[in-house]
Amino acid sequence: MDLGNFLVMRQELGLLAVFVILLLLDLFVSETRAMKWFRPAAIFLFALHTAAGFFHVPEGTAFGGMYVTTPLAVLMKNILNLGLLVVFMQAGEWLRQQGTAIREGEYYIIALATLLGMYLMVSAGNFMLLYIGIEMASLPTACLAAYNKYKEKSAEAGAKYILMSTLSSGIMMFGLSYLYGAMGTMYFADMQPLVTADFMTVLGFVFFFAGLAFKISLVPFHMWAPDVYEGAPTATTAYLSVVSKAAGCFVLLLTLHHVFGGIGRIWYYMLWAITVATIVVGNLFAIRQRDIKRFFAYSSISQAGYIMLGVLHGTPEGLSAVVYYVLVYLFANMAAFGVIASVENNSGRTDLDAYNGLYKSNPKLALVMMLAVFSLAGIPPLGGFFSKFFIFAAAAAKGDYVLVFIALVNTVVSLYYYLRIIKAMFIDAPEGGVTERLRTDGYNKASLVFCTVGVLAAGIVSNLYGYIAGIGF
Amino acid sequence: MMISMEHYLIVSSIMFFVGIYGFIARKNLLAVLISIELILNSVEINFSVFNRYLYPEHMEGLFFSLFGIAISAAETAVAIAIIINVYRLANNIDVRHIDKMKH
Repeated sequence: MDLGNFLVMRQELGLLAVFVILLLLDLFVSETRAMKWFRPAAIFLFALHTAAGFFHVPEGTAFGGMYVTTPLAVLMKNILNLGLLVVFMQAGEWLRQQGTAIREGEYYIIALATLLGMYLMVSAGNFMLLYIGIEMASLPTACLAAYNKYKEKSAEAGAKYILMSTLSSGIMMFGLSYLYGAMGTMYFADMQPLVTADFMTVLGFVFFFAGLAFKISLVPFHMWAPDVYEGAPTATTAYLSVVSKAAGCFVLLLTLHHVFGGIGRIWYYMLWAITVATIVVGNLFAIRQRDIKRFFAYSSISQAGYIMLGVLHGTPEGLSAVVYYVLVYLFANMAAFGVIASVENNSGRTDLDAYNGLYKSNPKLALVMMLAVFSLAGIPPLGGFFSKFFIFAAAAAKGDYVLVFIALVNTVVSLYYYLRIIKAMFIDAPEGGVTERLRTDGYNKASLVFCTVGVLAAGIVSNLYGYIAGIGF
Repeated sequence: MMISMEHYLIVSSIMFFVGIYGFIARKNLLAVLISIELILNSVEINFSVFNRYLYPEHMEGLFFSLFGIAISAAETAVAIAIIINVYRLANNIDVRHIDKMKH
């Protein structure tokens, strides 16, 4: 293998360069006055890297097929980049607070390390690289969840996350070991023709799937999500609910169809039941939450159910609908978390009552939150409507009307609890709510504008979906 | 009696499910961590055995075990760091007391 082959990994190398530069920068400037330039530098470098991803990235394989990059993988990485960029923009205000200010730089560095793991997950052509990627993504994420060193909730969230993620990767590895025993190879391309419905393969697949389902918190494996989402710092919660979940969904999408397509009729019913359970349970539990981060945890569980709806059938329309859905979900959820972060940073509150009468005191924030929530609920003309529409259309095209019906009914249910936030902000008297005018820094404002534009534009600019659908699977 | 592949697989399966049981039943965070280590070690046995008995011409399974060992060491380090922080804040690492977010 010649060194030119490394250029296939251009995005990984770029990310690694950003990572190393920031690491060195943090080493030299931390605890000096120059530290105030760290955050602009981090955001600028990472924005450059994100922008570079949209230019042509070569296709190909490296390391004997272990690493594969396709236009689809590049697109997925770009989506993950956008998510992390927004997290960076939203995290700074919280990081400047007492207790975390001294370790401000580390947050960016650790987050970049997790992103590198997600890149490897998306580009893996071998289950070993996939496993390494998943671990690279989830171990530092536990540090991000436990980042508020002096808050018990944060430490608790970190402990829960790391224990659950290691358990899930242990289960996943157990499944992989049986798959290896059945087929004698770990390469996706070599495994695909060998996948048959024999006992060992199916057993291995079920374990593998269960491990991955933990990561994206599908329903029987979702118990960790609300606790971790509530306890973790808000920026980390946003990261977990969007970027980390998106990476897991992409991996599930790629492995199910590129490796286990041969036993599709076996996992179809399993995934069908899990999809229904995820949508229903996520919605029903969201109704009774009093904490907004917990609320969005359940909301993101049910959103993951909708994503699975697109994964289920494996038609090209369904799969491009999934990528589109994730993109729109990213904008909407990030906008919501930007508002949550600015409310929390000013008042320290995350309960739903804090949003009573938010429109009176902070009309702009309320407006952003409204658009985000409407998009999550799927109200036209916002992006969320179209992404749900494409997902449902893809499932209906395969004649899966029962599933589409259940999902539609649940969209109505979800409207009920999403509208509770709207009601609190616009209709309820501002008793117990945040009444002062909230201040937030320029980066967070920029991120909110960016996400709002994304939510609005994703629905209207129709060639976005066309572009995703044109990439091919 | 020859020790065949099945014997190893039985041992590793027992280890795996003992680990799962320990994860659920043990009340100390460190004991939970040890249970997870059992799970990971059972997986590594599986990989080595499949490699040795079924596919001795390649070394993929052994490499997977090696990487698995390295990664599980890393995650133990992170988990213990977090557990120490839990202990500092809560003076306790009993899972029954780690319930600040129960509503």
